[in-house]
Amino acid sequence: MSKNHSISFKIYLTVLVILLILTVITVGVAQVDFGMFNAFFAMLIATVKAGLVLMYFMHLKYDEKLYWLIFGSAVFFVVLLYFFSELDIVTRVIQNSVL
Amino acid sequence: MEKNYLNWKKGLLSWLLTRDHKRIGLLYMITVFSFFFVGGVFALLLRLELFKVGETIMNSAFYNQIMTYHGAVMIFMVIIPGIPAFLGNFVLPLQIGAKDVAFPKINLLSWYCLIVGAGVTLLSLFLGGVDTGWTFYTPYSIETNTAVIPVVLGVFIMGFSSILTGLNFIVTIHRLRCPGMTFFRMPLFVWSLYSTAIIQVLATPVLAITLLLLVGERILDIGIFNSEKGGDPILFQHFFWFYSHPAVYIMILPAMGVISELISAFSRQKIFGYKAVVFASLGIAGVSFFVWGHHMFVSGQSEWAGIVFSFLTMLVGVPTAVKIFNWVATLFKGSLKFDTPFLYALGFLFLFLIGGVTGIMLAVLPFDVHVHDTYFVVAHFHYVMVGGTIMGIMGGFYYWFPKMFGRLYNELLGQVSFVFIFIGFNVTFFPQFILGMSGMPRRYADYISPYEPLNQVSTVGSWLIASGFVVAFFALIWAMFKGKKSSANPWGAKTLEWQTSSPPPHENFLKRPVVSKDAYE
Repeated sequence: MSKNHSISFKIYLTVLVILLILTVITVGVAQVDFGMFNAFFAMLIATVKAGLVLMYFMHLKYDEKLYWLIFGSAVFFVVLLYFFSELDIVTRVIQNSVL
Repeated sequence: MEKNYLNWKKGLLSWLLTRDHKRIGLLYMITVFSFFFVGGVFALLLRLELFKVGETIMNSAFYNQIMTYHGAVMIFMVIIPGIPAFLGNFVLPLQIGAKDVAFPKINLLSWYCLIVGAGVTLLSLFLGGVDTGWTFYTPYSIETNTAVIPVVLGVFIMGFSSILTGLNFIVTIHRLRCPGMTFFRMPLFVWSLYSTAIIQVLATPVLAITLLLLVGERILDIGIFNSEKGGDPILFQHFFWFYSHPAVYIMILPAMGVISELISAFSRQKIFGYKAVVFASLGIAGVSFFVWGHHMFVSGQSEWAGIVFSFLTMLVGVPTAVKIFNWVATLFKGSLKFDTPFLYALGFLFLFLIGGVTGIMLAVLPFDVHVHDTYFVVAHFHYVMVGGTIMGIMGGFYYWFPKMFGRLYNELLGQVSFVFIFIGFNVTFFPQFILGMSGMPRRYADYISPYEPLNQVSTVGSWLIASGFVVAFFALIWAMFKGKKSSANPWGAKTLEWQTSSPPPHENFLKRPVVSKDAYE
């Protein structure tokens, strides 16, 4: 866990290329209608991109495990917010279609 | 004269630019009590209007505004910063044997955030006011032509105050404990601040984003909460309550911490089941994030979500009951001393129990549908907020008053003010349970005549509460300057803050303390 850990240019470049590819995929996915899962796919790709930025550009991958815990807790609470809000929205749609 | 934090430096600037946690605590004290006065005047005006059927001292549009400001001021400027920022700032570093908090400059910045945010919010009073209620529900908050944006931006800025305080406390507790002060030797007040800080850091940003979205909706008409554009007005309530329900625990957890200190100190007992109380605090903080939908049972939220939230809400009762039972067990066979702080602790137990049990009633979905938006709910949350948090603030203030100012307050006046506040509170709010069960809706400036007698009782109760606070105010101001000198530990309490002089020196302890036993031994 060196504080002065340096990441090679090659890794930075690879991550950059992956991010660009994911951006293209984001645009592509937006052209397809997945119904109620539209937001899910958009968020999934965005989360992967944010994760790459955090791990490599912000060095989280090479840092203390405590920072993982802090980051993980933030992700957990975002998931929590989405889960229950989606639970309402999805079951509301089902409920209204049944009634 | 002995040097202490009060006379260490002189002049207004030495206070406005201070980085001493104790002085910042006192800055918060002045701020919080000033806003309490403002919010209290609004409450008295509301109750006065409701004294009689029909329009009396204000029209309904003005009533809606006063009601909104009463809620916003009391929630965002009094109860949320009340215990953590005022009492927590003063006491936390002393209780863990630290010189200060981890980030003293950020600590001062958080006070300025509160002042600026509150200023922006209250500035809206001169821009036509706002009438949405403190919850800013869409779609009305998007449509109304009142001053929603300044109020919301003010609350946004105040949120930073809360986040910075929480962050500071977490780092302070992790990094600055004195030698021997292990996590399970920390006083329960510190544990409650730790649990609170987790909520402050994790939940407050969601409120900030929600309020920014509301501003975006008003200015740019982006449509996220607008059903005409494919948005969802109920989504606002999800986002809002994701913060605002845990915020209830930002308000109540520190009060529970204060009560633990008071009950231990005034019963001369170790806290019964220390670890159970610690885990109950963390448990309440954890569960608080899973229950927000109980505010939305009749909002149009799906029935399935309602059932899930109803079940989850009842879980809060478990750790809360653990605490209540442990406090009562601590009192058992204790050598009780009925000084003013202890009276507030007993007041808390009595009132919070009623608030908590009616909370479980409201968690039951069919019952909530029946009494939703009635005075039953108003009575319930005032029993929690006032019966819980205000009792905690006042009890804690009387308890640590000798430590803060090195002087003793007048015990008789303290007890008289408590009696007025306690009786006045019950006279004000207990009738509201009955009014709510009888169907009187909340938030209206008027009501039908059968509700008049109990409304009059409630209004008289508000005058009793005000009288109690007036007595407390003058007695405490007098005691600050003219009260008898206090010893370092007038209560014979065990925690670390009482081992230094009253008032403490600039850096809290002349010699770094070393702890070798549990908090209450």
